[in-house]
Amino acid sequence: MDFRWDLVWSSLPTLLTGAKLTVQLTAVSVFFGIILGTIAGIARITKGPVKALSAAYIDVIRGTPLLVQTFLIFYGLPSLIQRPIPAYMAAIIALSINSGAYVGEIVRSGIQSIDRGQWEAAASLGHSRSQTMGYIILPQAFRRILPPLGNEFIALLKDSSLVSVIALEELVRKGQIIIGRTFRPFEVWLAVALIYFVMTFTVSRFVNVLERRVAPES
Amino acid sequence: MKKMFVLVLVMMLSLGLSTLASANGVLKVATEAGFMPFEYVGAETGELLGFDMDLIRAIGEILDLDVQIDNISWDGLIPALLNNNYDAVIAGVTITPEREENVNFSDPYFESVLTIVTKENVTNITTLDDLAGKIGAVQISTTGDFTASDLHDEGGLKGVSRFDTVSDAMQAVIIGAADVVIVDLPVAEAYLAANPAVPLKSVGAVSANEYYGIAVNKKNTDLLEQINTALLELKENGTYSEIYQKWFGAN
Repeated sequence: MDFRWDLVWSSLPTLLTGAKLTVQLTAVSVFFGIILGTIAGIARITKGPVKALSAAYIDVIRGTPLLVQTFLIFYGLPSLIQRPIPAYMAAIIALSINSGAYVGEIVRSGIQSIDRGQWEAAASLGHSRSQTMGYIILPQAFRRILPPLGNEFIALLKDSSLVSVIALEELVRKGQIIIGRTFRPFEVWLAVALIYFVMTFTVSRFVNVLERRVAPES
Repeated sequence: MKKMFVLVLVMMLSLGLSTLASANGVLKVATEAGFMPFEYVGAETGELLGFDMDLIRAIGEILDLDVQIDNISWDGLIPALLNNNYDAVIAGVTITPEREENVNFSDPYFESVLTIVTKENVTNITTLDDLAGKIGAVQISTTGDFTASDLHDEGGLKGVSRFDTVSDAMQAVIIGAADVVIVDLPVAEAYLAANPAVPLKSVGAVSANEYYGIAVNKKNTDLLEQINTALLELKENGTYSEIYQKWFGAN
């Protein structure tokens, strides 16, 4: 089979507009995901109903496919709230809620990895629990959760391709549209893969630099 | 251990190869069964049913070939044909010049036309010229998509939402995420008949006629000829009109 490099190049401009949406969706969702996840992660190490609620959120979201969550929000939620949800918003909601559950577990394990002695030392110096959490535990935990948080960002960047099913023209959907007119799947998917790789590689390099900046940990 | 691994690998590969299209008595056909009444999955049996399915099976009978039909995604149909994964594609595929550059089509076997599907209470949309400011939902890479995309480029449609299936596009209008669906008229009518509760309606024909053809790999000229001969025979011996009446009633 002949391979047409010219098609790889000529599809790049269209694909890059899709990549822009992919980055946008991922960045916004990671932002909300970190907020949600931090709340869920801290809630999980408290006691009582808040803990149960957070555990239920994390278990349900991690135990169901993102694809199904996306369908539920885009097709299901509108009939419940009696108003349409634009695809872009549905995608942000689905990706953020999904990411929040994974970040929640990352935050929880990060907090729990800090030695109990730190809590005791802080208490003996007269710090309250929330002071200890805010000034002593979280800053240390943050350094430890940075690498898994970077992985989560990369995973979400790739998983965001799933929202193509609700007609969002991110990178994968743009590829499908080009194939629908050229019928050259090999060239187009190769270009798509290349763009994803450049994006994830950039993110992982960036996380590495960030890690070195904030973590001169022993 | 290593030998074992190679052996297993070879076995797996040859197993994969043996499923490729071949001329030994089998006609491997691909379709996308989300296009009632042309191809859909029967609710009770899970069998592939529809006008196209009956037609290709009748063609197989004439050619004395065992017809095996796979239900795959719409945007994968022609690429799968180009890869020789299948001998033929029958899926309500409109014959277009762009597609003809890549595959060969049989003689047209069905005359179709596009329609606009709107919410029941919409009265000011009857033609493609009435879509300014509207969001159109379509199945990706269909003639409905191409028409909507051209309209969008000319400023006659505010946006195009491309879904994997016709029913996803219909659903988008039901929930209010899009205003209209542009789709083949017989498919819209079958959808509305099968789902009487949905608050949608079709406005009738809005485009020039389109013709469906059976797609075959360009290299497979023998098969194309055989399919055309079989189509002709089915039209002459009355089987074609029998199948037509079964799915579309008299006329």
